Amino acid sequence: MIITVASGKGGTGKTTVAVNLATIAAEKGSVELFDCDVEEPNAHLFVKPQNITKKEVSTMIPSVDIALCNLCQECEKICRFSAINIVAKKIMVFADMCHSCKGCLMVCPTGAISEGARQLGSVLTGYSKQGFKLTWGELRVGEAMSPPLIKKVKDEINNLYNLISIVDAPPGTSCPAITTLRDSDFALLVAEETPFGLNDLTLTVEGLKKLGVPMAIVINRAEESKGIIDDYAEHENIEILGKIPFSKEAAKICSKGLFLVEEMAEIRAIFQKIYQKIYCKIVKTENKGEIK
Amino acid sequence: MKVAVSSSGESLDSEIDLRFGRASYFLIVETDTLDFEVKPNEQNMDLPQGAGIQAGKTVVNCGVEAIITGNCGPKAYNVLESAGVKVVTGVNGTVKEVLEKFKKGELQYSVSANVEGHWV
Repeated sequence: MIITVASGKGGTGKTTVAVNLATIAAEKGSVELFDCDVEEPNAHLFVKPQNITKKEVSTMIPSVDIALCNLCQECEKICRFSAINIVAKKIMVFADMCHSCKGCLMVCPTGAISEGARQLGSVLTGYSKQGFKLTWGELRVGEAMSPPLIKKVKDEINNLYNLISIVDAPPGTSCPAITTLRDSDFALLVAEETPFGLNDLTLTVEGLKKLGVPMAIVINRAEESKGIIDDYAEHENIEILGKIPFSKEAAKICSKGLFLVEEMAEIRAIFQKIYQKIYCKIVKTENKGEIK
Repeated sequence: MKVAVSSSGESLDSEIDLRFGRASYFLIVETDTLDFEVKPNEQNMDLPQGAGIQAGKTVVNCGVEAIITGNCGPKAYNVLESAGVKVVTGVNGTVKEVLEKFKKGELQYSVSANVEGHWV
């Protein structure tokens, strides 16, 4: 079961929701947490994981044996990213443009191209004091593409029926966010009651509809009265699972890297409700799937 | 001498296009006679990335000795340098004005890219 916490706009509280939801989920059963915001991972600041292991990961790029290259340009023709080029009778590889499709390897008639590697960064794991596992990625400084590393982090997900995987997504609605949200069983959207928040939420909802991922909203820093997110959710028929109130105390707790569900009874109750509702929704969806 | 100039329009009175990879046009000019040929670059305008590399190849394939433009990023510079095309950056004005300065020897060749590459 993969529950991905996403938002569209940055800074709405994805990580706050993800780590607190994981803490509640860990009390009910098996859970693992994944931080796919590999450009700026921060779940570990809350989780403070112990027994950390780290592995370096890389992606395939073409490695050319110039002696075998006959400058036929087949590799250049198939590459959609200008990663391999013939310029003035020389072959040039731009490693950071390569998307690792291996097309050039396949079309090369002389076998001049073999598999090289570009370092992506690291995948790390550790365990929280509550006992759940956190896996996160740290992108190599200078690496321009995050989706390949996000995929490596997602490779660590064990998608089992009785194991809840909570995934903290990167902000935005471009490739990093979509790569993270793809294959999720459920998306929890953390919304903020601002025009920017609504705009980016709308983009994410449109993306999720295309991906076919069921979704619900939690409003963070919510005002007491109904706001623009309530109106939007009603119009789009998306359920609002909970509202985390706008509170100075909550902000202080988060700034210290503490868990809201362990420090504020009021917010603990909200997260328990959110978790319960998601669990019921996922189980319902899963049952429907079995009947089909 | 045959040179390429990144241009916002199709005539010698057009303003220089400060962008190299996403220039609207390249004017391929014979500096002695000012005879020129227009190379549209619109195929590069919508590329998410790699525009500099593609523009570099376009210019190299025109067989010019130098390219005169506003800004040139590291990948484009790499392509041009490996093909032996000299690069002039940091110019502005119309194509004609820039060519006059070039002919008087008032413009200097770059030894590296003058801007960072950027990603959309």
